[in-house]
Amino acid sequence: MARSKFVYVTYIRTTPEKLWSALTDGEFMKQYWFGTQCISQWKAGSEWRMVYPDGKVSDDGEIIEADPPRRLVIRWVHRTRPELTAEGASQCTMELEPFSSAVKLTITHTIEQDPSKFIEAVSGGWPKILSNLKSLLETGSTALGEVYPKG
Amino acid sequence: MPIIRRIDADSDLLFKALADPGRRKLLDVLHAHDGQTLNELCTHLDMTRQGVTQHLNLLEQANLVAVEWRGREKLHFLNPVPLQQLYERWIAKFEKPRLKAIADLKGKLEKSDG
Repeated sequence: MARSKFVYVTYIRTTPEKLWSALTDGEFMKQYWFGTQCISQWKAGSEWRMVYPDGKVSDDGEIIEADPPRRLVIRWVHRTRPELTAEGASQCTMELEPFSSAVKLTITHTIEQDPSKFIEAVSGGWPKILSNLKSLLETGSTALGEVYPKG
Repeated sequence: MPIIRRIDADSDLLFKALADPGRRKLLDVLHAHDGQTLNELCTHLDMTRQGVTQHLNLLEQANLVAVEWRGREKLHFLNPVPLQQLYERWIAKFEKPRLKAIADLKGKLEKSDG
């Protein structure tokens, strides 16, 4: 079956442990994910859900694989836009690899459908989130906080 | 190295990678269809295979292209994260005061008309 996919990479000057914690700590996440947080026990088989600032669950699924601080695989289903939910489950993989004095973070998101409205929708959000995460871990603040006010 | 200087070194690579029409074309080709092999990319471009390989290497160094192996095939994906950072650093912060200036001007002109 045809597949839609994107691969995003960012190099962050931090340690794999700190990056893993930034990716799995809901409260910390809000700082770089525009108030959104992901809630889970972050163990293989545990439930996973993404919660908007207003408390609405936008996406859910479960953790397929968790190998801290190296690899996280999430089964990810969208829940607020029916046309995206209809496309079914996607898979998001986060890989953390030490790279000189930094960590290479690779986010791969795939769905077994091409073209995919879901992939189109999430592909626009990830660069802003990753850019924010990099700024936050490297400098202690996000550049986009002011540009995109919390909604 | 202090963090600001390291960030500048990243920017040098990024601007260098973008300062070539062939490499910008490659980014457009990947934007239209992501995850292509070298052979597939060559069919869209009026460049030698060696030229495309060199451009891809520079784009990879600047982190504008991410690669993934599928067996022995190397797939190339457009990575927009550095462009987002470039936007934040060089566009967003300059845009804000101008948008405010336009809004202020509109306010003033409409007031004096009335």
